[in-house]
Amino acid sequence: MKKMMTKMALGAMALTLLAAPSVWAENIKVGAILAVTGPASFLGGPEARTLEMMTETINAKGGINGNKIDLIIKDSAGSPEKAVSFAKQLIDEEKVLAIIGPSSSGETMQIKQIAQDGKTPLLSCAAAEVIVNPVASFVFKTPQKDSDAVKMIYNELKTKGLANVAVLADNTGFGKAGAEQLAKIAPEFGIKIVENEVYDTKDSDLTAPVAKIKANKEVQAVINWSVAPAQSIVLKNIRQTGWTVPVFQSHGFGNIKFAQAAGAAAEGVIFPAGRLLIAADLPADHPQKALLLDYTKNYESKYQGELVSTFGGHAYDAMLMLEEAIKVGGNDREKVRTALEGLQKLPGTAGIFSMSATDHNGLTIDAFQMMTVKNGKFVAYPAQ
Amino acid sequence: MTAELFVQYLFAGITYGSIYAIVAIGFNIIYNTTGIINFAQGEFVMLGGMIAISLLPLLPLPLAIGVAVAVTMLIGALMEMIFIRWLKNPSVLRMIIITIGISILTREAAIHIWGENIRALPYFVGNEISTISILGARISPQVLWVVGVCGVMVVFLHLFFQATSVGREMRACAANRMAAILCGINPRNMVTLSFVLSAGMGALAGCVMSPITYSQYDMGTGLAIKGFTVAILGGLGNSGGAVAAGLLLGAIEAFSVSVVPLAFKDAISIAILLLILFVRPHGIFGSAEAARLKTF
Repeated sequence: MKKMMTKMALGAMALTLLAAPSVWAENIKVGAILAVTGPASFLGGPEARTLEMMTETINAKGGINGNKIDLIIKDSAGSPEKAVSFAKQLIDEEKVLAIIGPSSSGETMQIKQIAQDGKTPLLSCAAAEVIVNPVASFVFKTPQKDSDAVKMIYNELKTKGLANVAVLADNTGFGKAGAEQLAKIAPEFGIKIVENEVYDTKDSDLTAPVAKIKANKEVQAVINWSVAPAQSIVLKNIRQTGWTVPVFQSHGFGNIKFAQAAGAAAEGVIFPAGRLLIAADLPADHPQKALLLDYTKNYESKYQGELVSTFGGHAYDAMLMLEEAIKVGGNDREKVRTALEGLQKLPGTAGIFSMSATDHNGLTIDAFQMMTVKNGKFVAYPAQ
Repeated sequence: MTAELFVQYLFAGITYGSIYAIVAIGFNIIYNTTGIINFAQGEFVMLGGMIAISLLPLLPLPLAIGVAVAVTMLIGALMEMIFIRWLKNPSVLRMIIITIGISILTREAAIHIWGENIRALPYFVGNEISTISILGARISPQVLWVVGVCGVMVVFLHLFFQATSVGREMRACAANRMAAILCGINPRNMVTLSFVLSAGMGALAGCVMSPITYSQYDMGTGLAIKGFTVAILGGLGNSGGAVAAGLLLGAIEAFSVSVVPLAFKDAISIAILLLILFVRPHGIFGSAEAARLKTF
């Protein structure tokens, strides 16, 4: 009996060794908390696939300075509670070097302090400005600032001579932060917000609120600020009520699927976004062009039937920065943090990043380009 | 409020309302023959839409919808045969947990098959921007499809239960299981049939609403909650009540937008559910006498 026990114990040991070959390699553990499923899966899906693709590429090259990357993706399903427990797990148990994500602003805000206290670099793929303002020394974000997106939109409204707008925002962290920025910056541009509605990401028909804002004859333009599929429903419902008002979207519209979902109703919508979506149309000497085309080609050939989105791009930028920082700082959280803060003129998908101790986003308003939808495709605005 | 805005809200309400009513009737059919609430009802709606979308490249739209409904009916039958048929006098709690389990299982299977993306069937007539004008309000032609198809299904069901012998046998099982067995009716087959029927109805509703609301792997839960609210509101097992309650809830949700912020829409319907469960658990159209005789 005792002999059998020993055998079984040996067997079990052998199994654990087989299951964990990483024991021998000098691997760098990178965590990722992404909303791969759930209502924010539009963000997390492309982000997770991008990270997997990049990790494969990096490891195929032999890793960073000879150290391979161990990517641990946790699916938060968009829930801040899950993001919190995954963050603690990754920091305390897995002892990862850095965390990429979360996908949404609401989740990021919940774990901002946890990453800071755990002295683990966090590279958020979410857009809200509050993530890096006020700056927490370990927290970075890769998407453009929402205040810059607001300024782009207001500039365009001013050019068109429109002043009274209706704001529709979803009830995610991104939607809330956007609505706040819209309200805060409006006076600077002489814009008046005359209608304001918040919708749920799960709403499936928004005819009623659209009817309400349409009934207000003062409304000259609609700004629809969301990262959820529901934003496409707003577009359809606006056109279905026979309303031809100009519609502006946020940079949360940067997934061609949103435009496809709204079909003909998406035509002519104007929104600011990173240049990834129109990479092919950029001038040949644009510093981002080669990288954008490269990412597009690799992603679309690896994941057949799926087009790149700016969201996957945010994860791309996070991994890119981390790769650069690891080259300098190795497998050391504090050194990598310092390296991240020192990144200068690094072209990414969202723009050209130049970090500093006071700017943990590193992008300026130039990272944005106004775009529109023409014949079901994203093109630079004004369309040719 | 202008007349035009009133009609616009009303149509929005009728659109949501008919979808809720169909889900509620799905609950009712199964409740009537088994005494259980099938919490996987919303998943039938999701499956119908998703399967039709997958078939669309291969088949023309009407045929794709037809096949999707048939496949969903088959899935409904399989669910019943695998998880429920062989249970002997299961408790209500056990059945609730089983159906919730089926719902989670279906959702997980759906995300593996179709992924997390939203999909949609094309508009049956016109496209995303076509509109028709009714009494000054502008609506999508698809709204008429939703309302029309839901209406036809309700009429069809009523005729089925009143005028066909199978329908009468199903009602017999609901009324008195033992007496039905003595008359030579196999109640187990009737239960399977009720799953098939409610799966078919859910799937068809899922197809007609897909162009408006999109289809996504996790759309079932929200629909099940709304449908459950409507089923309770109308009185469990009462299909006429479900239609009235569905339209009522839809209208309340639509008109609430003019008074309170949109964000409170779901809070309102959940508040109604709680209120009804506390004050009139047999629903506004149900009878308290009948409710007392039921197991739950």
